[in-house]
Amino acid sequence: MASVLPYGRFTHAVVRGIPETFGKVEDEKNNRVENGETAMDLAKAQRQFGVLTGALRQKVGLQLIEIPADPELPESWRIEDVAVIQGDTALITRPFKQQRRSETEAVRRVMSELNLTVVEMGAEEGGSAGATLEGSDVLFTGREFFVGISSHTNYRGAEVLADTFRDFAVSTVPVCGGARLKNICSMGGPDTIIISNSDGAKKTLRMMEQLTDHHYEVLTVPEGAAANCVYVRGPSKVDYLLHPPTEECPESVPVSEQWSLGYFIKQYFLYPRYCAFGKYIAIRIYSYPLTYSTFCCYSLNLKWIKLLFFSPIYTH
Amino acid sequence: MTTEVGSETEVRKEPEKAEEQPAAPESEPAATNQTDEAKAAEQSANDHPAPATDSAEAPAEAKEKQEEAQPADNATPQEGEDTPASPPASEKKGISRFLPPWLKKQKSQSQVGPKESQAAAKEEAGVASVKEEDGEKGEQAEAEQTSSPTAAQPQVEEEKINGEPKPEQKEEVKLEEKEEENHSTGSADTQPAKEEKAAEESQEKSAAEEENKEAEEGGEEKKDEEESPKPEGGHSFIKSPLKLTKKVKMVMCHVTMLDGSQFPCEVEKRAKGQYLFFKVYEALNLLEKDYFGLSYKDNADQTCWLDPTKEIKRQIRNATWQFAFNVKFYPPDPSQLTEDITRYLLCLQLRQDIVSGRLPCSFVTHSLLGSYALQAELGDHDSGEHRLDYISDFQFAPSQTKEMEEKVVELHKTHRGMTPAQADAQFLENAKKLSMYGVDLHHAKDSEGVDIMLGVCANGLLIYKDRLRINRFAWPKILKISYKRSNFYIKIRPGETEQFESSVGFKLPNHRAAKRVWKVCVENHTFFRLMTPEAPIKAKFLTLGSKFRYSGRTQAQTRQASTLIDRPAPYFERTSSKRISRSLDGAPMINVTEAQESAPTSGENGREPGLELSSDSKSGRLRVQGENIYVRHSNLMLEDLDKTQEDVLKHQASISELKRSFMEATPEPRPSQWEKRLTASPATSLRLQAQGSLEEEMTSILFSKFACESGLVDPGCTTTRRAAEGAVVTASGPLASALLTTEVLLSTDESKPTKHQRCPPSRTQEPLPDLTVDTVAKSADDKQKSGEAAWQAAEVEIEETVVVEEIRVAPKGSVTITTPEVITHVAVESEVEKPKDKVMEEQKRPVSVSSDSEEEEEEEEAGEYHPQVTVSASVDQIKEEPEEEGEEEEEQQVNEEPVAEPLPEPVVEVKAQPVPAVVEENSATEPQLAPVAEESPEDILVTPDEAPNGHAESPEGHPGPVALEEEEEEEEEEPRVNGDASHSETERLPQVICCSEPPVVKTEMVTISDTFAAQKTEIATKEVPIVHTETKTITYEAAQLDGSGDGEPGVLMTAQTITSESLCTTTTTHITKTLKGGLSETRIEKRIVITGDSDIDHDQALAQAIKEAKEQHPDMSVTRVVVHKETELAEEGED
Repeated sequence: MASVLPYGRFTHAVVRGIPETFGKVEDEKNNRVENGETAMDLAKAQRQFGVLTGALRQKVGLQLIEIPADPELPESWRIEDVAVIQGDTALITRPFKQQRRSETEAVRRVMSELNLTVVEMGAEEGGSAGATLEGSDVLFTGREFFVGISSHTNYRGAEVLADTFRDFAVSTVPVCGGARLKNICSMGGPDTIIISNSDGAKKTLRMMEQLTDHHYEVLTVPEGAAANCVYVRGPSKVDYLLHPPTEECPESVPVSEQWSLGYFIKQYFLYPRYCAFGKYIAIRIYSYPLTYSTFCCYSLNLKWIKLLFFSPIYTH
Repeated sequence: MTTEVGSETEVRKEPEKAEEQPAAPESEPAATNQTDEAKAAEQSANDHPAPATDSAEAPAEAKEKQEEAQPADNATPQEGEDTPASPPASEKKGISRFLPPWLKKQKSQSQVGPKESQAAAKEEAGVASVKEEDGEKGEQAEAEQTSSPTAAQPQVEEEKINGEPKPEQKEEVKLEEKEEENHSTGSADTQPAKEEKAAEESQEKSAAEEENKEAEEGGEEKKDEEESPKPEGGHSFIKSPLKLTKKVKMVMCHVTMLDGSQFPCEVEKRAKGQYLFFKVYEALNLLEKDYFGLSYKDNADQTCWLDPTKEIKRQIRNATWQFAFNVKFYPPDPSQLTEDITRYLLCLQLRQDIVSGRLPCSFVTHSLLGSYALQAELGDHDSGEHRLDYISDFQFAPSQTKEMEEKVVELHKTHRGMTPAQADAQFLENAKKLSMYGVDLHHAKDSEGVDIMLGVCANGLLIYKDRLRINRFAWPKILKISYKRSNFYIKIRPGETEQFESSVGFKLPNHRAAKRVWKVCVENHTFFRLMTPEAPIKAKFLTLGSKFRYSGRTQAQTRQASTLIDRPAPYFERTSSKRISRSLDGAPMINVTEAQESAPTSGENGREPGLELSSDSKSGRLRVQGENIYVRHSNLMLEDLDKTQEDVLKHQASISELKRSFMEATPEPRPSQWEKRLTASPATSLRLQAQGSLEEEMTSILFSKFACESGLVDPGCTTTRRAAEGAVVTASGPLASALLTTEVLLSTDESKPTKHQRCPPSRTQEPLPDLTVDTVAKSADDKQKSGEAAWQAAEVEIEETVVVEEIRVAPKGSVTITTPEVITHVAVESEVEKPKDKVMEEQKRPVSVSSDSEEEEEEEEAGEYHPQVTVSASVDQIKEEPEEEGEEEEEQQVNEEPVAEPLPEPVVEVKAQPVPAVVEENSATEPQLAPVAEESPEDILVTPDEAPNGHAESPEGHPGPVALEEEEEEEEEEPRVNGDASHSETERLPQVICCSEPPVVKTEMVTISDTFAAQKTEIATKEVPIVHTETKTITYEAAQLDGSGDGEPGVLMTAQTITSESLCTTTTTHITKTLKGGLSETRIEKRIVITGDSDIDHDQALAQAIKEAKEQHPDMSVTRVVVHKETELAEEGED
């Protein structure tokens, strides 16, 4: 607690299982199309979920909190969307889709059990009326928030987020080249943003660069899927990068190798499973194309609260 | 020291007395006239510092008066020119006769002059003090001069003033010159004298006025006295010394310190902000003071920063003398601060910000920061001593909960062993990460009318909508910052993929808000963005040049200066507001006030005598030798001064002649009527104006006259020009948002080409007591040399620039004196006509100076600031300055165009852009000319394009002036530096920012202008919010004179455009000289734009303008007056 460490080490991960109704959601076409048309394969999704949870437990060493799947909530595995956690505060969001808002209940309970300060986005009416926000549109860099204004997230939602996390600058950016902000970019390391090289993503990146006071290294990957990674600062002083397997993003390997930053990214795409390179360990957790709005990881730096908030990864 | 002082004093007094005697009569009468004794005292005080000046001015004025009264006396003026010294005396006699009308003017002048002179005195004093006095004094002096960037500027200004003012203030100039020559001795002399005087004054004050002075105050006063040698302290004292008998009105200021305590401080009513700054810094024992500032609440309850370089009274206007000591520039990395006391003060500020909610943070951060604050104030947590409620006295957050307090306590326990300094450091380390750290928010609307917030910070400009950051413009991305009326614009550097720069406009609640944002941006950019040692200096220059510039040290400079701090860490008591701190060390509890009291003393002890905060700290003389730009200034000034004195005298003489001629020449009835109107002081009317819809008024007055001055002009003195700008609005009066534009065209035909004709040295006599600007052009040698003495009003920075130019010019033999406008301006420019031969020669020489000045003036109106001088990023800083000027001008143009405002933007461009300027220049000239044309004044107002029409129609018929002007201007640009002196015609740029800048600037300006011309205009048009305006145009024409010159095409000999700006007035003077047959005709077109939030008495303003024009150009006649009134339909709540 010596100081505020925005991007602290993770201690916990929260995931939610794959419901039987996985893939039954008609409204998610956008995402599917986005990531390459893939069939919603329940078996594959559950298999990947197993890989993910295993990696989080065994490789990264996090305490995993798994919320049981709810068949009534086919998208509940996207747990990332319903909560944004930074420090000791968890903002329970209001997803765009009405039917998803009930997903928050279970998450809220977990947050409370973890002694997080739970902040609600507010009632359906009132100051934050009309505010919608989904965690997959929120990118926390450790220094600031970027909120992608998308079909699922609006300005009012971003304002609530800004009001919740007052220590940080909250900038809104348009989401281009993807349905969700974190479909096109994610944190790939300290002050490092991995972003796909689509024109839309570049546009978004330009906006981010314009709005930020800080300098970020940018790793551009040719495939959109490759831009969906999870940078985890594990409790064991080792940093991990969860990334799609090479076979998922064959084009991304050379890009990574060419990247001058080099200390770990250069390697991690090359190793089949994971590599320990320096202080970073890259873990390949995906077996096949996944939906990339899947990860949600937030850290708590406070002593008394350690949490990694994670959602499962699934393939469509 | 005392002994020296005494001797010096004596020396000084003698000259002063001598000066005073002449001046005294004038001033006294003036005082009497003006019921306010206080004013008189002030004047006297002012006079003291610059007794010579006043006296000099007085004579000149007297001459003028004489002329007015006795048009017949041509000889006097001539003599005056020949023998500068003699005229004053004779004039004085005359003056006494004419006291009433002029007195006011004198007052205004004297006021202005005094300030400047005071400033100069301060500088000198400061120098002397530095040398002689203790480290403290040195520090103070430094603070004045160097430490506070503002101080540096002031000094420069002062120096300039000394040099420039000379024309007006002959005596002062002389004295100053002497001083300068003697440097240390001279300065020392003056200072000591001042000190003594100050002491006397203080005694008097104490005796006569209030004995309220408590022990503290007394101590302060003593300090002041001691300090008085220093710049600020010196001021008041200096002022008083001259006229010991007169009272100096003292005002009690209350400064709210960061710990919540009240710091009472008595200051002279006329004191500049700097003085108060010093007192506060001294009380705090603060060396790294550049991060701090004093704020006050204006009438609208908006927080404004006190400008150290300007009079306090003028800034606060009717508000109470209540100030707050605050952090003005939040250091991005507090760990780089040198002293703990600085960090401590920053902590206090941040705690204030947090509690007030200005610095939002999360619960955790509140708790954490609170715990550090506790640790710093209370030390280690003592479970036995500290109960849980021990922190209830502290406030950590806007809304503090028990839960938070518990958290704070919990965290406090973890800080065990941390020293107060460490706790502060930790506090700052966490606070600096907050996204709103150091962000100064201003309410605004975007181009679509959506409510947003503009956040100005170290890195640039942030745009917030509610709490969301929706855009950000880093300083490197911003090419120009400007404001026009209630609109605030930034021009964005084009990105890699973009071809054109774009500009973004924001709508502020009112004109003042826009200006405030602009100023904050300028200051922050200058402070944080300009880092290199070289650049900052230039920046300062630039700063000086434009009206509003950050005059203080930049962060880089202050850091550098901080490295020189070599004193033992000063002892200071950490106290939280409203509670007595328990010192960790077991030190006795001390009230804040006590602490403050003790602080100064300790500070003195702590400070090393030799310690100088800034490199600049050295005395002015030293500076001169140094590498600093300042030094250069001083040198230049010295040179100028020498030359100037004579010039000044001549100038005055010429002025008197001009006046005389004017008196003779002006028979027309109309002017008289106008004059009658004028009798009512415009200022007053302006004051009265209610703040309502934004109004723009343009009044254009054409004076056309065949000036045949045969006997009046001495061969030696060819050109005399004097532009006096008076502030229409007194300091107390609110700035009028309405734009008043008055264009006055003065055309003078020289009947005698062969002889050296003396162009009408125009002197504007402004009834307005507050503001007076005189520009005097003088010819010294056979060649006609025109010197412009610029009085820098305390407020006008631009003027300084002018000085620089003058300096450059000076070597060539021309001396230019420019008097800046104080507040509202009525700038009258008169051109001097030289014999054809000379004229021709001179014409060859470029007359670039004038154009530049005009532009700058305009800039004032719409504040423009080019953060990044050069488009090329590489040397941003260096270029910035030049660009700024250019940009400003450009900006103005851009702004104006979209709005279709009458303001002569083009003029500005002309100066700036040599080549590109041509087009722009034309446009600029056109507007000016337009007024001449009777046809459609309205058009003119609407668009700059009018000009062409005006030319055609212009009675005088200078078809070619535009083209010629352009050519000339082009030529002029380069020559500017050289050439002004030679030209009799030379335009006086009363306030030329550009001029001050080196040639480099010009180049830059050119670049800027190009972009502006092409791209900016378009952009601006698109983006600038549309302002609905009503326009009225009234044309008054004196038929008599008009016809004379029209028919003949003539040959354009010279065309000059001068622009001067005051707070709410912009004056553009366009002077065109044409050779027709054997006669040379000079036409002067003046455009005066008055902008104000409140209604303006148009009649009075017009009358004022005409009166001034007539005064300035006695030998010319007014041929046309066009009044254009543009009223913005109040829609979105101008105010």
